[in-house]
Amino acid sequence: MKELMRALLALRWFAVWRRNARVWRRLAGPALLGNIGEPLLYLVALGYGLGTFVGKVEGMDYITFLASGFVCASVMNTASFEGIYSAYTRMAVQETWTAMLYTPLDVRDILLGEAFWAASKSLLSAVFILVVAAFLGAVHDWQVIWVLPVALLTGIAFAGMALVVTAVSRSYDFFLYYFTLLLTPILLFSGVFFPLDGMPVLVQQAAGLLPLTHAIELVRPLMTGQPVTDVALHLGVILLYCIVALTLAGHLIQRRLFR
Amino acid sequence: MQPIVSAEGLTKCYDGQTVVDGITLQVQPGECFGLLGPNGAGKTTTLRMLLGMTPPDEGRLEVLGYTIPDEGPVMRKLMGVVAQQDNLDPDFTVVENLRTYASYFGITLGERNPRIQTLLAFASLEHKARARIDELSGGMKRRLAIARALVNDPQLVILDEPTTGLDPQARQLIWQRLRALLNEGRTLILTTHYMDEAQRLCDRLAIMDHGTILDVGSPTELIERHIESHVVEVHGPGLERWLAEGDMRRVLRSERVGETLFCYTDHERELVDALCEHEGLHYLSRAADLEDVFLKLTGRELRE
Repeated sequence: MKELMRALLALRWFAVWRRNARVWRRLAGPALLGNIGEPLLYLVALGYGLGTFVGKVEGMDYITFLASGFVCASVMNTASFEGIYSAYTRMAVQETWTAMLYTPLDVRDILLGEAFWAASKSLLSAVFILVVAAFLGAVHDWQVIWVLPVALLTGIAFAGMALVVTAVSRSYDFFLYYFTLLLTPILLFSGVFFPLDGMPVLVQQAAGLLPLTHAIELVRPLMTGQPVTDVALHLGVILLYCIVALTLAGHLIQRRLFR
Repeated sequence: MQPIVSAEGLTKCYDGQTVVDGITLQVQPGECFGLLGPNGAGKTTTLRMLLGMTPPDEGRLEVLGYTIPDEGPVMRKLMGVVAQQDNLDPDFTVVENLRTYASYFGITLGERNPRIQTLLAFASLEHKARARIDELSGGMKRRLAIARALVNDPQLVILDEPTTGLDPQARQLIWQRLRALLNEGRTLILTTHYMDEAQRLCDRLAIMDHGTILDVGSPTELIERHIESHVVEVHGPGLERWLAEGDMRRVLRSERVGETLFCYTDHERELVDALCEHEGLHYLSRAADLEDVFLKLTGRELRE
């Protein structure tokens, strides 16, 4: 963790971030469509389609409720895909990381560059969905601006988790475990599609351990102009995920590449 | 002068198997030092240890005056690496590859561009500056990998099998470029299993097998130390008869490999004259070379 802090402040990771940004710039079209187009379609279809049956949820239109959930879900998905498929390709297939390690960059610089890059893409997808949500009338207050740092931090947390999986994977097939066993339950039980109040207490308590739940607890009131409660708790949990995941990923990747 | 590499008793085990077994070596500034050995001899592991990518289980290692692996990242500022697989960035053009790699060293924009022009010229890739990596031939890729390893103007360049898989023309060009680097006063360390490459480029080389260094010296020293001056390879239907009846006095040492008899001698002329008197013999008379030393030290069995 000390190494991670030192690398964070040394800013060498920015070269890694910029490398990924340069590659992305060439492929931005299809990448944007995949990351942003799909959640938007779901948002409009489910928001209006289901919304007519559901009516008000927690005192707001269903599409408003859903939009805030979708911002967070999109942050999670974008960071996870980048931290898994793209990062694994760079690590194991293209050996981009190996080439980087022949320079003064070390594992933590690469890790932070990747995590910040994945989180940057998350942030971008959050912005796009927020803009569309605003057009659909699902953004109610200027305090929505605070969603951006929350999205970035949540992106880093999920990128960190994804990089842990990348560090221990031997092939692309392994990733399905992570997506099916972890990310899908997180998506379903963090309050994206429906409030958790109706769930059994045990499920609610378990949901309290998931990072996405806390991101949604912050983003939803920020978008709808309601007072935000327990800020320190929510941010603390997400930050804890960031630190633990990145530290662990650092150790695992170090062990994998320096052998 | 302080040696560029100073290694003492380096050992590395993987899963209880000793891959590098207590090697000691020194590399002097400005020389081209070769690691020669069959597959699985421990060359690549040794190289990885020098880079700081493989922490040795035992031993002491200093490269460019830095303790490795602890000071690896600082040392790597002064070092260039050409890996066996050209891990160039497939998403970038030739120029972008160099530019991006320079950014990893924190080289500023002002320094970067003139340096990249020089490197493109060095690698004879000016006309391919905007080409994508998959449009390059094997030789071009290798030249780009070498150019990339030079973005930080390193004192020491480490190359893992620099010409494996290249055609003769491409190899010649790489050798010229590596000589140019030596003339600029840089130190090179390379692994190879091409004897001609080692003989041509290396000032000194270490022959490795089973994780140990069998001998170190200049190519000529090694040949003189281990092999008679000439080798006559004899084969053909008359071989058995010659072996039984022929005059073998000129043969100081001989070795039968399949259908061929390798005769080691310092009097090749007399031996060849003697051979001419026998029917059904084909022979090849040549000066002893590094390959003879290599095969003598590491044996002739296949390594698979």
